[in-house]
This record gives sequence, structure tokens and C-alpha cells, in this order.
Amino acid sequence: MKVKENISIAKNIYRLTLETVDNQQNKAYRPVPGQFLHVRISDSNQPLLRRPVSIHDYNPEKQETSLIYRLAGQGTSILAVKQAGDYLDVLGPLGNGFADPKQQAEDKIVLIGGGVGIPPLYYLAKRLVASGSRVTVLLGYQSSSEAFLIEEFTKLTETRIASVDGSIGLKGNVLQLINSGDSWDCFYAVGPKPMLKAIRDLWIDYPIEGYFSLEERMACGVGACYGCTVKLTKPDGGTASKKVCSDGPVFAFREVEL
Amino acid sequence: MSNRLEVKLGDLALKNPIMPASGCFGFGREYSKFYNLAKLGAVVVKATTLEERLGNNTPRIAETPSGMLNAIGLQNPGVEVVLNQELPWLEQFKTPIIVNVAGTMTEDYLEVTRRISASKTVRMIELNISCPNVKCGGITFGTDPKIAAELTKAVKEVSQVPVYVKLSPNVTDIVAMAQAVEAAGADGLSMINTLIGMRFDLKTRKPILANKIGGLSGPAIKPVALRMIYEVYKNVSIPIIGMGGISSAEDVAEFFLAGASAVAVGTANFVDPYIMPKIIDDLEPVLDQMGVNKISELTGEGWK
Repeated sequence: MKVKENISIAKNIYRLTLETVDNQQNKAYRPVPGQFLHVRISDSNQPLLRRPVSIHDYNPEKQETSLIYRLAGQGTSILAVKQAGDYLDVLGPLGNGFADPKQQAEDKIVLIGGGVGIPPLYYLAKRLVASGSRVTVLLGYQSSSEAFLIEEFTKLTETRIASVDGSIGLKGNVLQLINSGDSWDCFYAVGPKPMLKAIRDLWIDYPIEGYFSLEERMACGVGACYGCTVKLTKPDGGTASKKVCSDGPVFAFREVEL
Repeated sequence: MSNRLEVKLGDLALKNPIMPASGCFGFGREYSKFYNLAKLGAVVVKATTLEERLGNNTPRIAETPSGMLNAIGLQNPGVEVVLNQELPWLEQFKTPIIVNVAGTMTEDYLEVTRRISASKTVRMIELNISCPNVKCGGITFGTDPKIAAELTKAVKEVSQVPVYVKLSPNVTDIVAMAQAVEAAGADGLSMINTLIGMRFDLKTRKPILANKIGGLSGPAIKPVALRMIYEVYKNVSIPIIGMGGISSAEDVAEFFLAGASAVAVGTANFVDPYIMPKIIDDLEPVLDQMGVNKISELTGEGWK
């Protein structure tokens, strides 16, 4: 896929926009929110494995897909120097997206994102707002220098911000953005495991539908290597081992063993 | 013109020497979305155990220079599901099916072998005595020549199809291992499995893998695999399926020169899902460059 743009949008945070057209692999390229692209960083063996990056936004008119990633190591450092016009070997869209909530159009939905978990929620928020849901977005960052997408979310729907150091929004974590008067029918959450655990503990006994999108170290990205599994509690109380890449990355929050 | 890529493993003829390495291809379903599996010389499915195994905790994967570590822990649905759901589906591609059989105790291996080898669709068993990622069984069978030979003999007695023993490189004397299982009746060898390795996370100061240790695969291990196949080839008379970091048709030719009669592609599938059909297409041009008619002529050529 051809790189259209690859720019820094916050400290160590980059947005990569790719030209995504129908091709041999994707006879009809139509990603849904929550899916990811599996990006080969280099033509050499270094680094060897692809990097899974969730889809931040998709624009069918412009045939553009954008990804947001954090500069975190060797692979993303190589990715960060790619320029418009460069080509990247990209697989996808892979994985299953966020399930449509068992919703009425007027349902109230909350999206909760932490750090680099935030990007896929944007494409989801766009879809949900367009379908008539009432969407609240809760975003948590480390600090203002690492904050991104706030303007985009704010334009779209009600958005609340928290940061660990208090340099932007409320000082604290994303769950402190929940007010006593809030009531939602469904939530979608993406972020670090401690955040997901806190959400589960908060709502496990609460009548709310909810989904986590999980991150795990992946190799193949298509379900063949069994590298990125998560344990799920089955309805009969037993345990199942599911693949984050091909069975997920989105799972109903009550069944995931974090 | 006859098929230049045809190879033989004993009585089993393969239309080309390319097959996936066990554990890198699931049960075939995932990659069937990318190409027609009928193109492959054979399909080797994921290690199958008597009961379902959920595998190790995550992280199960760590990247390394030109390679990766894995510690999956033989996750598989168990022999019943493999026989009733996976193999009947794979049959449609009419390409030989090889099942990798794993276990923790001798009786497990025997029971899985009895049931798998009775299935009409399975042409060969790959005996997994070399998985580094399960606590008992697996590699403990693969590092002692006497124990490996005993297991091989017992499995051979109950198997209705040829048995290839997958050797671990984590031994001092690979030739002794190969000779021991050959003497015990192995129909062939499959080598090499992964090399045991580790990586650490500087933030947590702990091993990256939840299992702490894992198996190293990918281009990084290719020279080790070539050396071991080269040594073993000269000292046994049974065929060798070679594997370890293969990612191109040139790599395949190298493995043949070292002594392989067929090869398996593992980690490269994760990098490029189309790699095996690509390698198959690239093989004849490589044979042309080397001035060779049939690929089978290259087996062990490196010794001459």
C-alpha cells in the first residue's frame, strides 16, 4: 500500500495514512471499526515480524486508511521515517471489528480509551454517531504533550479528558471521568490492561453490555501461530483459549480473563 | 517433461518438496484464505495431543534478530476434534496430510498414533519428541537417544503409516540421536525443531515470555539446521525433511545440498502468507541457474 502521509501528531505519536484500494488480497477493501492492519516494517529480516496496528479511520471516498502508532522500539522507528510515496507491505484488514451493540438507535454508548488504545475508537465513534446513538467518549493520556485526537473527538461528540499529570483535562485516570448521573447501555474500551481490569471490576455486576479490544504480541496475525491467545470463561464455567488476532481482537468484557 | 519438482519420501511421492512446518500453519484453514492449499507438496498440521491443550500463558512470542522465540505450549483441540473436524476439511485439497503427534507420556503418543494413523487421509506421522515448551514429555524424549529410540519403536509398532521423527537441535550429538531412532525403525527424520532461547524485558527485568524460555526459529537458525542435516545425512540412510529458517527457493536448494529430500517452511509464513506458493514458483528458475534437471538430484550433493 502506498503511503500518503506519515507525520508526528504528538510526542512520539505518529499518524500514517495509506492509500487503500481494492486489490488481489482485498477484493473489496471495506474495513470496519476495530479491525487492524498487519504492517511489514522492512523488506529485510530486521525486524522480521509484522506489526499489528489498529485502524484509526477509514475514508472510502478518498480511499484512505489511517493508523496511529507510538514510537516504541526498533520497528516503529523504521516505520516513522517512511515518507509519502513509499510503499508498505500491508496485510488486512484483519480480525473482527467491534460487534454492533444490541442497540436501539437512541441508545447511550460510552467509549473509553487509554493512550495508544484511543485511535480505533475514533472510527467507531464516527459510525455510532452516524447511526444515531448518543455517544460519550472518555479519553486518558499521560500528559498534554502525548495527547492527540482531542479536537477530532470533540467535534464529533461529547468528549471528556483526563491525564495522569493533570496537564490536560482532569488530573487522574479515565474512570474518574464517570459522573454519578451517567447511565449507559453499552461500552467499548481499548487501553492498557490495568485500565480494562478497573472497568471490569466497576461494571461486572452492573446490567451493561460491554466490549474490550485486546492487544497481544502477534506473529502471523491470521490465526495460524497461536501466539496471541487470551483465556475466556465459557458459559459452562470452563476455560477456552482464543486467538486475539482472528477470534478477536474484540471480546465481550465479562468472558475475558485479564 | 516430467515434473522436475517431484520428490519421494520413501513410497510417498510429493509433487513438490514444499510443506509447512508443524505449528506454523494451524490446521490449514487460515492460509487457505490466501491460496489453494492443493499447490503444496504436503500439509503438516499442528501438533496433536490426546486431550485438548490450552497452551501456555502469554506473552508467547518474542522477536529476536532475524528470528523469533515462541512458547505456545502445544495448544490444540485434541485428537478427537482433529480427526472429526480438521482432517476431513483438509482432505478436499487432495494433498498428502502429515500429522505431528505429541504427548507427555508414551501411552499418549501411542493412543494418538493409533487413532491418527488409522485415518485414511493421513499419509505420515511426524513424531514430536522435541517441543521445548511443555514441562514433561516433548523434549525429554528428544534429548536422550535411548529414550527416543524406545518411543520410536513403540510408535512404529502401532502406526499404520510411515513415522518420521522430528529431532531437537538441543543436543550435544545430533548424529547419535538420528542413528538411535533410525535403528529403532524410524522411516525418516524431520529436522530441526527450534533452538531453546530467551529474551528479557528491560522494564520488568524479567524474561519476555511467560514460559521464560522458548524455541528460536526463523532465518537466524538456518546455518545450524544446515550443519545438522549435513552431518546426519552422511550417517543415516533414511530420508530427511529439512527445516529451519527457510524463506526462499535458494534456501530450499541449500537444504537439499546439505541432505534434505523435502523441506518445511515455518516462520516465513508469518512474515509473508504467500511465501510457500512463491517459493514453489521460484524453484524451477533456481534449478535452471544451477543446471539441474530434477530437484531430487540435489539431495546430499554438498557431500560430493
